[in-house]
Order: sequence, then structure tokens, then C-alpha cells
Amino acid sequence: MPVTRGFHRRRPEPERGRLPPGQYDTGSSWPVLSAEATPHQPEESWTFSIDGLVGSPHTWTWQELHALPGSTYFGDIHCVTTWSKLDTTFSGVSVDDLLAVAEPDSSAAYVMAHSVTGYTTNLPLADVTGGRAWVVWSFDGKPLPRQHGGPLRLLVPHLYFWKSAKWLSRLELMTEDRPGFWEQNGYHDRGDPWREQRYQGDD
Amino acid sequence: MAAWSDGRIIEKDQPTTNTVRLRLHVDDRPHHLPGQHYILRLRAPDGYTAQRSYSLASDSDDPLLELLIERQPDGEVSEFLADVAEVGDVLELRGPIGRWFVWDTKSRVLCLVGGTGVVPAVAMARTARRLGRTDLLRIAAMGRTPDELAYAPELERYGATLAFTRAEVGDRPAGPFTTAELAPLLEGVDLGYVCGSARFASYAEELLVAGGLDPAAIRVERFGPTGD
Repeated sequence: MPVTRGFHRRRPEPERGRLPPGQYDTGSSWPVLSAEATPHQPEESWTFSIDGLVGSPHTWTWQELHALPGSTYFGDIHCVTTWSKLDTTFSGVSVDDLLAVAEPDSSAAYVMAHSVTGYTTNLPLADVTGGRAWVVWSFDGKPLPRQHGGPLRLLVPHLYFWKSAKWLSRLELMTEDRPGFWEQNGYHDRGDPWREQRYQGDD
Repeated sequence: MAAWSDGRIIEKDQPTTNTVRLRLHVDDRPHHLPGQHYILRLRAPDGYTAQRSYSLASDSDDPLLELLIERQPDGEVSEFLADVAEVGDVLELRGPIGRWFVWDTKSRVLCLVGGTGVVPAVAMARTARRLGRTDLLRIAAMGRTPDELAYAPELERYGATLAFTRAEVGDRPAGPFTTAELAPLLEGVDLGYVCGSARFASYAEELLVAGGLDPAAIRVERFGPTGD
């Protein structure tokens, strides 16, 4: 690996262990990346479902979601395009609480997250359970802006952020893994930022 | 996915005051599709690295890879590339990446692009010219002024429709594209490609939908902060 002539670190060295390899702190900005046109469906008609390999498929209305016990994530998010945003606050409901209602079959091992735009992303069920995943509608105490996935997005902050599907409408439980949108388009199947699993072929 | 390889800077110039264009040689480079990008990585003597993605402006048949870098305020990578990097320097590159924001060279498409978002449209235009299929690819590009829009002369020669928000050019007053201007460009189009800042992309998406394009037929590549 060649050293780049004349290149030196300009950003202050981050707190040890805070940033995954190859990431930088984007500070107060929050870059917007998406592959499709931003949808404009109003909150009142928004629904969210869990189906597939579950005992009782369930659909929640916008009001029903808000009536569930709230849950908040305080921490960092990491985008595959190399920015990380530190100390974010997202609120919504824990995926564990939603799955408790839908009762996944014992054979369910993977989840496909679906957006109203048709965007999909696949995750092992283990990555969205155990207090590590949320369905969120608020950021820093305000409604989640549309360009950042509002009114409703998945939040799986321990994986690269393409896994945190914007404009979430549905979680589908599956026995077998199946690639989602970016996973079919060159990105890594799991996307662990600490192992730098950015693209297909990364360990 | 390709591993990292070394790329040597063969040409460097500054198409506009805010951008730098690099043309690099990479040994045994794989083919790429117009619209794909590469990751460029810089490495400091202490092992610190910084990497960013850049869309390719070059066609796959071009012997060199061409990237356009926009200088970002306090940009650790972009300012290095603009101010320090020189012809002959070696950088690490990885690619091509992305199989979504690419033109298959068969569909009839309109690229609606703004600012440095013109880059993938330039790659598509070069590929269309090589294949003799410029009939399939229309380009509408928007910048502040002709001097501030990279590749404006090349896009104009291609036959792109240009709009400038801060400059009156010919008999076109300053301002963003209008639905009336886009209507003829949208006729018979299968897909719309939008590339630019988050602000531009929001505007462009709405314009395409207003022009009758199905939202599911719009592919978007946005970059940069939201500004809010």
C-alpha cells in the first residue's frame, strides 16, 4: 500500500475506538443519499406491516405505532460512503416490541425490509433483535425529515446505514437469505462497519 | 468486487475554479458501465487513510480513468487533490462500483443533472457517442453560470439542453429548468436519471414527476449535506 505523497491527517484524531475503519466524522451535517425519488405519501395513510414467516401477521396504522411503548437510540451511525454521524438521537419503537406482536416462526432466520419506493434490504433476524434495531419517526426530537426517510425508517445503527431502509412499509420474515436492492447491486450482504464490509468480496 | 489498485495521475487540470479533473492510469483495469464510480484512497505516513467515492466521467474504452473532484470547504481529500496532488503521483483506487445508477446503453433515457452531478451524464454521453446511439440519451444540465458548470462546452457539443440559474444565456433568462423546457425531452423516455446535490435532486425529481414520468422510473444519485 503506497503512502500518498504529501498527504497528512487534517482532522483531529478521533476518540480511540469511536470511528470504524475508513470512516470520518461528518460533524453536524447529515448527507442525503438515495437511489430513488423521495415519496410523498402523507403520515395519516402510512401503514407498517410485519409478515412472512410469522404466527400473526400484523399491520399498524400511524396512530397505532405511536401508541406503542417508545424507544430511543442514542449513538452513532455509519454510512458506507465513509461518513459517520456521532451522537444522534432517534426515537420510535423497538423492533423487538413489534416482533413480539407478530410472533416469528422458529424457522425465521432473515428479514427483508421493504420501502414504499420498492427499495429492499436484507438482514439476519439476529441483527434486528436484542435491542439493536428500531422503527423510527423522530430525529433529535423533531419529525424525521422526508429526505432522511421520514415519516418512518428502519434504524439498525450497528450496520452500514443502507440497511436502515428509508420510507419503511414492511418487514418480511424469511427462512432463507435473499439479497436486497444494494446487495444485488454490488454491496456486502451484511455490512458490518467495524469489519469494513462495504462491498461484495469484502470479508 | 475489485481489490485496491494503484492509479497514477497522468493529467490534472481545473475545469472551473471549484473543481479539479484527474485522469489516471490503472494497470489491467476492468470494464465499467457509464454511471459507475470509483473509490479513491489517500494514505498518510502514519497509516491514516481517507477515502471518497467519485463518479467516472470517462467511457470504458478511454485508456484513462477520469474523475472530477469538487473542492469542499475544509475537505480533507478534495483540497489535497486540488492543491497538493501532482501529475505522476500514485493514489489507491477501487472500482468500478454500483450497478443501479448506470445506463444499459439500450433504454431511452433523460439525465437531469446539476453542478458536479453532470459527471455520470458525461460518461453516458461519451459511451453513447462511441456506440453511435446518441439518439437514446438526452441530457439536461443545470449550473449557476456557464463558467461554473464543469463540462459545459462538451455537453453543449453533445446537444444537451443547458440551464443557468444565475446567468442569462442567449435568449434564455436566468433560472432553473421549467416543466415546459423539459416536456419535449421527456417524450418517449423510459427512465430518468437525476444526479446532483440533495437540493437539486429534490427539485429535479419533482420536475420529472410533474412532466409525467413514473416515480418508479427515476433513478437518483444525490450527494452532499442537506443544508438543514
